[in-house]
Amino acid sequence: MKKKRAAGVFFSLMLTAGLLAGCGGNQQGGGSSGGNGGGGGDVIKIGANLELSGGVASYGQSIAEGLDLALEEINKEGINGKKLELVKVDNKSEAAEATNGTIKLISQDKVVAIIGSATSTNTLAQVQVANDNKVPLITPTGTNPTITNKDGKVNEFVFRTCFIDPFQGTVAAKFALNDLKVKNAAVLIDSSSDYSKGLAASFKDAFTQGGGKIVAEEAYVAKDTDFRATLTRIKSKNPEFIFLPGYYEEVGLIVKQARELGLNVPIMGGDGWDSPKLVEIAGKDALNNTYITNHYSSGDPDPKIQEFVKAFKAKYNKAPDAFNALGYDTAYFLADAIKRAGSADPVKIKDALAQTKDLQLVSGTLTLNEHHDPVKSAAILEYKDGQQQFKTKVNP
Amino acid sequence: MELIQQLVNGISLGSIYALIALGYTMVYGIVRLINFAHGDVFMVGSFVGFYAVTMLGVGFVPALLLAMAACAVLGMIIERIAYKPLRNAARIAVLITAIGVSLLIEYVTIYLRGAQPEAYPSTLLPDRNLELFGVVISSQSLFILGTSLVLMVLLQFIVHRTKIGKAMRAVSHDAEAARLMGINVDNTISATFAIGSALAGAAGVIFGIYYTKIEPLMGILPGLKAFVAAVLGGIGIIPGAMVGGLLLGVIESLVSGLGYSLWRDGAAFVILILILIFRPAGLFGKNVREKV
Repeated sequence: MKKKRAAGVFFSLMLTAGLLAGCGGNQQGGGSSGGNGGGGGDVIKIGANLELSGGVASYGQSIAEGLDLALEEINKEGINGKKLELVKVDNKSEAAEATNGTIKLISQDKVVAIIGSATSTNTLAQVQVANDNKVPLITPTGTNPTITNKDGKVNEFVFRTCFIDPFQGTVAAKFALNDLKVKNAAVLIDSSSDYSKGLAASFKDAFTQGGGKIVAEEAYVAKDTDFRATLTRIKSKNPEFIFLPGYYEEVGLIVKQARELGLNVPIMGGDGWDSPKLVEIAGKDALNNTYITNHYSSGDPDPKIQEFVKAFKAKYNKAPDAFNALGYDTAYFLADAIKRAGSADPVKIKDALAQTKDLQLVSGTLTLNEHHDPVKSAAILEYKDGQQQFKTKVNP
Repeated sequence: MELIQQLVNGISLGSIYALIALGYTMVYGIVRLINFAHGDVFMVGSFVGFYAVTMLGVGFVPALLLAMAACAVLGMIIERIAYKPLRNAARIAVLITAIGVSLLIEYVTIYLRGAQPEAYPSTLLPDRNLELFGVVISSQSLFILGTSLVLMVLLQFIVHRTKIGKAMRAVSHDAEAARLMGINVDNTISATFAIGSALAGAAGVIFGIYYTKIEPLMGILPGLKAFVAAVLGGIGIIPGAMVGGLLLGVIESLVSGLGYSLWRDGAAFVILILILIFRPAGLFGKNVREKV
């Protein structure tokens, strides 16, 4: 009896191993048919290293939707007779997984360029690998400045489609001072996130330079659920405005708990708020009187934007958010560079990416500066009864 | 005023820890097993409640009862499959199994429904804020505290006044002797797991209502904190778990309130270390000398 069971276990293990080996073989076969460097054959392989599960899964999934839509459109004609093929890996919203994913995309899948990740922290974890292997890396939404520039030196192979943190923080500070006319503010940051710290630093600089005063600075770490103690402390300082540059999971809870404690001042954040989950978590009423800076608004009357909104609605049956739009734009940004490079060589693609100028995208006209950062405008949105409303557009 | 508000914040946080710690401490008290999967049973309870409300469209009480029932069954299954075969094995083997079960539940949940968070419907319980001299108390936090107290009293009643409770105490004292006296030890242990897990399920639903956001890994930290609370009060002692939970919640709120919000989780574990060094039996525990 025992022997029989042991044999059963052994054979099922063998079977699994066989299956796995089979899969591995197939994958490698696919890689070699794509040719070394993915240049040969009829497809050009590009990688996407995204947060498809984990803490900020909503970002990664949104970007993936945008990418899929864009590739569908691009592949109707193809680029120089070739089709783009997307290889996705899930980094589970963790920096270590993001590094592994990029190594896998480069060494196993032989992609010519990588799109991702959604957050600054996870993108920063990939920068070194991309630079060392000379494969271009484009983050659709990583806004931390050090992604493309570290200590005054440009990361040659790293690009982005979005604007950078200092710009978002500065826009928020100006909006608070000039439009909301507040004189003092509290800042509450996620101390485990480079993104949050970056936004807060530029907000503080611009806000104090404009004559405002920071009355409280507090911090939390991602995954916390109870913020009442910290919010009580903030409330005792009587701020007129709270700057909260975080991600939607915690932000939703913080806004809800702040309103419960009677903290009814305007609260503002960045693109990290942008997720339908935010409204579910915080509740519609609590979100009134909150503002965000964002890359684009589906309510913007610009025809290029409306065309994209229509195509997106036809495919996914919902309105696109900024992550959808930036994912979509990133695919076009890369496709444009591959077309101009005239080849699927990663180094030539990198050069073409760096020379991008006046490229018309959904999230604005994109021109790269010498730091590999796009120069484009930001939208300010206000939450009213759970809906984002387009408030104004701010140019750099 | 700020201090009183912080105490109120701490007590509502602490009542959730207390509710989870009750189940922890009970299982430990009877079978001397630190059930690290307890926090994940709590998570499952939260999701069962969520799906009951959103898919079946039931109200608060049926959702709570469904979650408690599902968790009771889950608790018994875990005990039968993972712990029972190891009942005479070394303590460390069971502990490692518990950690394995914990990870298994977490990742099976992620496999089944994905890792994205879910938001509890806000209409489940009336949410009103009472304001007394500038201190805000939400009706929900009063409700949580009330539920924890009621469940604790009920648990005390079961353990001290009913037949199954008597059996539990007998098994906890000496399982072999209990068996000789005609007590069905296996059934008693199953019942312990069922009751303990049902409490975790209730805590899951209440947590969902109070904190809105639930996700598959939500059980880890509250589970660990509840463990600290149980040790703080004296593991195996039911009123100890309650007091330990409340105390831990208040300490965390005060630490945050003093401006050290990043040290909050650290403080909880410093307490664990201190209590293990200076008073290993916990606040309510008596030092029992082992008989030779």
